[in-house]
Amino acid sequence: MLPAIEIIRVCKNFGGIRALVDVDLEIHPGEFFALLGPNGAGKTTLINIIAGLSLAHSGSVNVMGYNVTTQYQQARRNLGIVPQELVFDPFFSVREVLLIQSGYYGIKHNNRWVDEIIERLDLAGKANANMRSLSGGMKRRVLVAQALVHKPPVIILDEPTAGVDVELRQTLWEFIKQLNQDGHTIVLTTHYLEEAETLCSRVAMLKEGKIIALDSTQNLIGKLASGNSVKIRLLPDRLPPVLQPLQKSCSNGLYELRIDSYAQIEFILSTLRAGNTQIQEMYLQQPDLEDAFVSLIRNSGNKLQ
Amino acid sequence: MTGFFTLLHKELLRFWKVGFQTIIAPMVSTLLYLLVFFHVLETRTEVYPEVAYAVFLIPGLIMMAVIQNAFANSSSSIIQSKISGNIVFVLLSPMTYRAIFFAYILAAIARGLLVGLGVYLVTLIFFDIPLLLPLWAISFVILGSAILGALGLIAGILADKFDQLAAFQNFIILPLTFLSGVFYTIHSLPSSWQYLSHFNPFFYMIDGFRYGFFGISDISPYISLLIVSVSLVVISLLTIKLLRSGYKLRQ
Repeated sequence: MLPAIEIIRVCKNFGGIRALVDVDLEIHPGEFFALLGPNGAGKTTLINIIAGLSLAHSGSVNVMGYNVTTQYQQARRNLGIVPQELVFDPFFSVREVLLIQSGYYGIKHNNRWVDEIIERLDLAGKANANMRSLSGGMKRRVLVAQALVHKPPVIILDEPTAGVDVELRQTLWEFIKQLNQDGHTIVLTTHYLEEAETLCSRVAMLKEGKIIALDSTQNLIGKLASGNSVKIRLLPDRLPPVLQPLQKSCSNGLYELRIDSYAQIEFILSTLRAGNTQIQEMYLQQPDLEDAFVSLIRNSGNKLQ
Repeated sequence: MTGFFTLLHKELLRFWKVGFQTIIAPMVSTLLYLLVFFHVLETRTEVYPEVAYAVFLIPGLIMMAVIQNAFANSSSSIIQSKISGNIVFVLLSPMTYRAIFFAYILAAIARGLLVGLGVYLVTLIFFDIPLLLPLWAISFVILGSAILGALGLIAGILADKFDQLAAFQNFIILPLTFLSGVFYTIHSLPSSWQYLSHFNPFFYMIDGFRYGFFGISDISPYISLLIVSVSLVVISLLTIKLLRSGYKLRQ
C-alpha cells in the first residue's frame, strides 16, 4: 500500500545547526501517528518540510505518492496542515477566511462543506465575526477548519492543543478522532503525552533531529517502561522478607513492588495476610508514555532504535 | 485559475476594506502637491508651449501616485502577511507561483489605477486637461503600475521588518520618482542630469504617460514603451524566480 507520508533520508541545517539528520519515516494511510520530542527536536521543521513551508537540504518527501517539491500541487491538495502558531488574517470573518482558503485549493462554491465544518467545530456562533475578535481557542478551531476545507486525506496538526483549555481540548480530540475514523490519516505533535498515548497507534520520537524510537504506542511502553508495579502502605510499616526482592522503592512508607504479571498480586496479598499485615493504601501503577519518553530522552537514544 | 481569482479577490478586498487609507489618503496628498506647486510655480514656468504648468504637472503627479501606490500595495500586503504569519495560508496552498505573482501584480495595478483615476477625475473639475492619445496613457499607466507591483513584491519578500521596507521606499522608489520628471521636463536640466535621467526607468513611464495627454514628450514614446515593456518582462521573470526559489518565504 502506498504510504500516506514517506520521508526518505531528509537532512536540514540552519546555519551550522543540524535540525534534521537523515530522517526516514513512513506513515501509513489511516494511521493516527504521533511525533514526540522535546522543544527544538526538529518536529516543526519536519512538518514544515512535509508541508513545503521549508525546503530540505537533501532527501525527499512524498505525500500520497506525490513529491512535495516536484509535484507540489498534488502533494498539497492531499495535505491539510494546522500550524502551531495562532496565525490569522485580520481583514476577514471566519466564513470569509474558509471560503478564501477553499478558493486557494481551487474549490468554488464550497459553502455546504464550509457550513458543515463550522457546525462540527462549534464555530456557528462566530461564523460572521471578524477573526480579530475571536478568543485564542476559537482561532485554533478556525485553523483546524482551514486545514479541512479541501477534505485532505492526510492531516497534520502541530501541537493543536497548546494553550487550549481542557474543554476545547476534549472537543478537538473527539473531532480529530472522528476524522481518523472517517479514514483520514492523522499526524500530530503534542506535549500532552497522555493524549498521544490514548489516541495514537504509533509514535516516533525525535531528539536533536534524529528519530530515536519508532514503534506502536503499546510496544514502546512495553519495551521501555520498567513494567507494572503496585504501591502499598502497610500497617505495621514493615515489608515481609519474602517480598523484599520485589521492592523497587519506598518513599514515605509507600512501598513500590515490581510485578511481572497480575497473578503476582495474589501472591503479595496472601503473603501479607499470612504475616498479619494490613493494607492501608494500594495503587496499581502502569507504565505510560511519559515514562517511556523521559527514559528515552534521558538515554542517548541511538541504541534504543 | 480559481486559486488565482481567489487570491486576486482577497488582495482587492484587502485594500478596499481600508479604502480611506489606501485610496483616499494618497489622492489627497497628490492633490496637495498639485495645489502647492501650482501656486508657487504657475506664473514662472511654462514647460510645453501653450500648456499651463498645472496642466503639465497633473499627468506626472497622477503617474507618481500610481507608482507609489502600486508599490505600496504588494509590498505592504506581503510584509504584513509575513510578519503576522498568515502568509502560510498562501504558501500551503497548491497555487502555482505564476498564479500568486499575477494575483499580487493585478491587485497592485488595480490600486494604482484607482488612485490615479481618482486624482484625474478631481483635477478635471478645476482644469481643462487634454487627453489626446488615451491608449498611450493607459498603456503606460498599466505597465508602470505592473512594474512597481512586481518591485513591491520583491521588496516585501526581501524585507524582514517594516523599517527595511520603508528604507526601500524612501531611498529608492521616492527619489527615482521625484527625479523622473514629474515636476519638469528633463530638457530644463543641466546636460549631465539629463544624461543621468535616461538611466531612471521611472522617467520613461512618466514621459510616455504624459505623451498620452499632450502628444509631446521628451523622447520618442516608442522608445519609452520598449524600455518600460522590457523592464516589466525582466522584473516579472526575476520576481517569479524569487517566488519559486522560496527565498525568505520557505526557509
